[in-house]
Amino acid sequence: MLVARPTTLSGVFDALDELPDAHLLAGGTDLMVEVNFGHRRPPAVVALRRVEELRGYQVLDDEVVLGSGVTWAEVEHDLAGVLPGLAAAARTVGSPQMRNAGTVGGNIGTASPAGDGLPVLGALDATVVLARRDGERRLPLAEVITGVKQTVIEPGEVIRQIRVPRLDGPQQFLKVGTRNAMVISIVVCGLAVDRAGRSVRLGLGSVAPRPLRATAAEAFIAGAIDWDRLTAPPDAVARFGELAREATDPISDQRGTAAFRRHAVGVVATRALQRSLAA
Amino acid sequence: MSSDEATGADQATERYTLSVNGTDRPVADAWIGESLLYVLRERLGLPGSKNACEQGECGSCSVLLDGVLVASCCVLAADAAGSDVRTVEGLSPEGELTDVQRAFVDQGAVQCGFCIPGMIVAIHDLLDRRPDADELALREAISGNLCRCTGYGRVFAAFHAVKQERARAST
Amino acid sequence: MPAPSMPSTFTRKRRAPGLGESVLRPDAPAKTKGQFAFSSDLWMEGMLWGATLRSPHPSARIRSLDPAPALAIGGVHAVITNDDLWGSRTYGLEHHDQPVFADQVVRYHGEPVAAVAADHPEIARRAAAAIAVDYEVLDPLVDSEAAITAPPIHPDGNLFRHLKIRFGDPGARGEVVVEGDYEVGMQDQAFLGPESGLAVPSEDGGVELYVATQWLHVDRDQIAACLNLPREKVRLTLAGTGGAFGGREDLSMQIHACLLALVTRRPVKMVYSREESFFGHVHRHPARLWYRHHATRDGRLVSVESRMVFDGGAYASSSTAVISNACAFAPGPYFVPNAKVDGYAVRTNNPPCGAMRGFGAVQTSFAAEAQMDKLAAALGMDPVELRLANALKQHDQLITGQVIIGTAPVAECITACRDLPLPEPLAADAPALSLPGGAGLTALAGDVRRGVGFAVGFKNLGFSEGFDDYSTARVRLELGPADEPLATVHLATAEVGQGFVTVAMQIARAELGVREVVVQAADTQVGSAGSTSASRQTMMSGGAIQMACSAVREVLLERAALDLHLAPADMVLEEGELVTRDGGASVSLADALRAGPIEATREFHHAPTEPLDENGQGNAHWSLAFAAHRAVVDVDPELGLVKVVQVATAQDIGKALNPLAVTGQIEGGIAQGIGLAVMEEIVLDQGKVRNPSFTDYLLPTALDMPPVVQTWIEQPERGAPYGAKGVGEPPTVSSTGAVVAAIRQATGLPLRRVPVRPDDIALTP
Repeated sequence: MLVARPTTLSGVFDALDELPDAHLLAGGTDLMVEVNFGHRRPPAVVALRRVEELRGYQVLDDEVVLGSGVTWAEVEHDLAGVLPGLAAAARTVGSPQMRNAGTVGGNIGTASPAGDGLPVLGALDATVVLARRDGERRLPLAEVITGVKQTVIEPGEVIRQIRVPRLDGPQQFLKVGTRNAMVISIVVCGLAVDRAGRSVRLGLGSVAPRPLRATAAEAFIAGAIDWDRLTAPPDAVARFGELAREATDPISDQRGTAAFRRHAVGVVATRALQRSLAA
Repeated sequence: MSSDEATGADQATERYTLSVNGTDRPVADAWIGESLLYVLRERLGLPGSKNACEQGECGSCSVLLDGVLVASCCVLAADAAGSDVRTVEGLSPEGELTDVQRAFVDQGAVQCGFCIPGMIVAIHDLLDRRPDADELALREAISGNLCRCTGYGRVFAAFHAVKQERARAST
Repeated sequence: MPAPSMPSTFTRKRRAPGLGESVLRPDAPAKTKGQFAFSSDLWMEGMLWGATLRSPHPSARIRSLDPAPALAIGGVHAVITNDDLWGSRTYGLEHHDQPVFADQVVRYHGEPVAAVAADHPEIARRAAAAIAVDYEVLDPLVDSEAAITAPPIHPDGNLFRHLKIRFGDPGARGEVVVEGDYEVGMQDQAFLGPESGLAVPSEDGGVELYVATQWLHVDRDQIAACLNLPREKVRLTLAGTGGAFGGREDLSMQIHACLLALVTRRPVKMVYSREESFFGHVHRHPARLWYRHHATRDGRLVSVESRMVFDGGAYASSSTAVISNACAFAPGPYFVPNAKVDGYAVRTNNPPCGAMRGFGAVQTSFAAEAQMDKLAAALGMDPVELRLANALKQHDQLITGQVIIGTAPVAECITACRDLPLPEPLAADAPALSLPGGAGLTALAGDVRRGVGFAVGFKNLGFSEGFDDYSTARVRLELGPADEPLATVHLATAEVGQGFVTVAMQIARAELGVREVVVQAADTQVGSAGSTSASRQTMMSGGAIQMACSAVREVLLERAALDLHLAPADMVLEEGELVTRDGGASVSLADALRAGPIEATREFHHAPTEPLDENGQGNAHWSLAFAAHRAVVDVDPELGLVKVVQVATAQDIGKALNPLAVTGQIEGGIAQGIGLAVMEEIVLDQGKVRNPSFTDYLLPTALDMPPVVQTWIEQPERGAPYGAKGVGEPPTVSSTGAVVAAIRQATGLPLRRVPVRPDDIALTP
């Protein structure tokens, strides 16, 4: 059997022992495209979509635990109430067909610089739970994705869960693309306000080799916000946008120029903040 | 139309059984990298699902996998074993058209027809899940189904015609 | 123009039943069930799969090529390259300058170098990739302006054509002058059905090819030359075709598949992936255009000057005809008493360009309509009023000197379009999906500015410049199995989705009064139908069917007259009955057919045209069609994102033979115009295609396409069957210009290039 279809996590590790060169298959929206185009010819495959431990999500008081096999459609339709920024991002991933198959874990494993949900997960300080046969390790998302399509995931390791803190405060998602559906972002951002922690988190994507947090902008605005009223002076909002721009080192490619990306970051970061603040 | 030829030099083959439109269909000695779309079209005699892009960007290969709308080009065929696969060929009984198919014909929504099977499957899926979907919901639901011929106008008209007819039928 | 000579029974005054009604497509039910066989669905026992090896370089010399690694792979049956060819090594629509396989040099990114036949498409693909090719990479010639004088990159030189138009007094000047430089990017036809077909070797040493294409006979002739076979031994049948839009007028996999079939003596199927498709067909010519318009102070055009360079890419394709159309229609549908136009179609190492819906008129319409808006602003005139003041009319002269003999309801199109209702203003609480950026949630209603823009365009219908354009139809009338009259219509007309099969049925029904009509598969067993392009098939193939039916009708009348001991002139065919003129006696069609089937084959040629002379003067076109477009857009100027809210159009269609089909063609054509305006471009980097996939070559989705409001001007065109004009291209000619004009109004920016990118709006000071 060169295509293993385990239903438990231990079954996954058994299969990986038997098929050490196997490619992991979640939703197929990345792997199959590469196979169809002849860029990858897997000698074996371990399919994950039946694995019980990877399915479903749990909404807890302080976090939402997503099985790595949770699809973007589930996030979009079921979790808008508890993770509004991530649900908004989910709505823009690929197409309805892609959202029904593509998984949160798969997206992290692919680690595309343009992954729509990744900046939101980064803004929320999501933790990735990596499981191996003999245990697991938990890493912040920012430590899992290390570069363009590069992760620290080792052979024999599987993303088991993504644990997403629930923050009390407005969340925004903005994605710039030249078409209203099925588009890779030119620039994408997720902003989350943590009222209890008195912080603003800004995750940005498509502007660097991996999703990043605009930490200077975050630190600055946290100090400028009136946390009782959740307001900030307009020039502070503008400065926030500038600092967000300065955090990025975008490239020019067939989707957009570096100059436009930098400009767009400033605009979306500013708008995201404006929408989060009281009038 | 099935081909049982091994893929020659490539030894990574698999045998499995797919449940397609309610019938068990065995697949033997198929290269493991074959997509569900490829197997449906080239091994199982079901070329209704189309191959306009094979990268999940056009929707012409849309099928229902365990009742969920997916792009069959992005499903590993061997991984679809044990699941229920519904293709455009399985939507209507032999010789008949569903009301959605009928509406597409009547409203002029069919030109070259290459996008049509995927559209039909997607719209059936939408109306099953959300019978009262409005036009904006329709547009979003078929935003993954590219059409190059029609500009979608007659597709929207077909959708409205089906909804009206279903509303009439239920009163 | 002079009407072609036809029998007098042609100009019957009675409205033909069935024509003018929205008869449903006969192939639609099968298409909705997934049972319609497209060219990529073909299968035959024992068939092999073909794959192509293509050059990764835009310009290179092939130092060596070794197929051995490919042949060593199990399941590979054949590898062919230029060295294996035994017939003509080149092909082409106008000039045979395009190699079947690269011959020592490659001239564009994606040029075919070899082809492989194998048991499984995956093996074929791997084998093609295993062929060892050693390239000496060269600097590509990618600048179309430089190409005019650069050292030739092909023995035939770099200039496909320089067309000069000198009309009236080229030195005439006006009191008000506006000029501008414009640019149109490379659009792709992006038909959904991939290039595909099945070649089957025949016992007689020939080959049968089932293929998706636009012109069976021209394909056949090129294939036969390359296979060194007489034409009769190369038999083509049209397979289900998933769109074309010009992209199938040139050959793609046809010769390769036939070669592999003959070499392996097995059926060979080839299906391009979407990625390969972007390399496998010609694209729309990118163009740079300079214009200078002169007008009187009260808004009458005095003169138009233009110089334009169209980048034809590596091989000629139909570039000489594209630049001809572009120049002939350069100023747009306005009366211009003086003109000086220089149009260059050049060869570069960019991907080859050829026919795409609109065929040169799209590029010039974009520039010319931008100029008209500029002129209106300079004159302080309303842009629509300026267009009305200069609109062409019947009997006006074009800048090619040709007097418009057919209908030219330009002013009617403009006013009708202007008067179509505008959409509702953007609501403050409009849902995100209705705003620019859509589900990307980039804009709130307050971030958005609305603009309205107008553009008018025109182009020729049918082929031009002296080309003997014709179509052939064979009509057979006999008693069918149910003892009912059955008409069989056989043409080589490529149905690519436009709905010809429906109109063909309608015409036969109308002409013969017959209910049962079968449209046979298109193949080369009947004479050429010409290309499915130039919006010509309803007119040309429709005309051929009409003529053949007329001939069949004559025999019917003779038989009925014989029966009743009358003269044929005493009888008419009405509603399926052969009746005497006074209605006193009749013979049924069934009875008239008992003596046996009646068959007639006829060619319909449109009125002759002339080549353009050295000053670009001549009666080069047969019939013209006009359309006006108005676009409403919402723009988020800070981010440069655009939502097209509505496109309204009034189109000159002569006569609607099938209203539902006309509606669909206009909506589809406008979708392609919108695509060129805001999202579609093949991005090139030193000749390399950066975006050969639907991931980054963006077609409008159902969330991008606005409602289309359309109205038709029906002034029957004399000399066109039933007075109907082709409708496919005008929607694409000026819809792009209207959308960009609307964005200009919303942003105040000049926007000289399409597609308009967010940068162009958001970063321009």
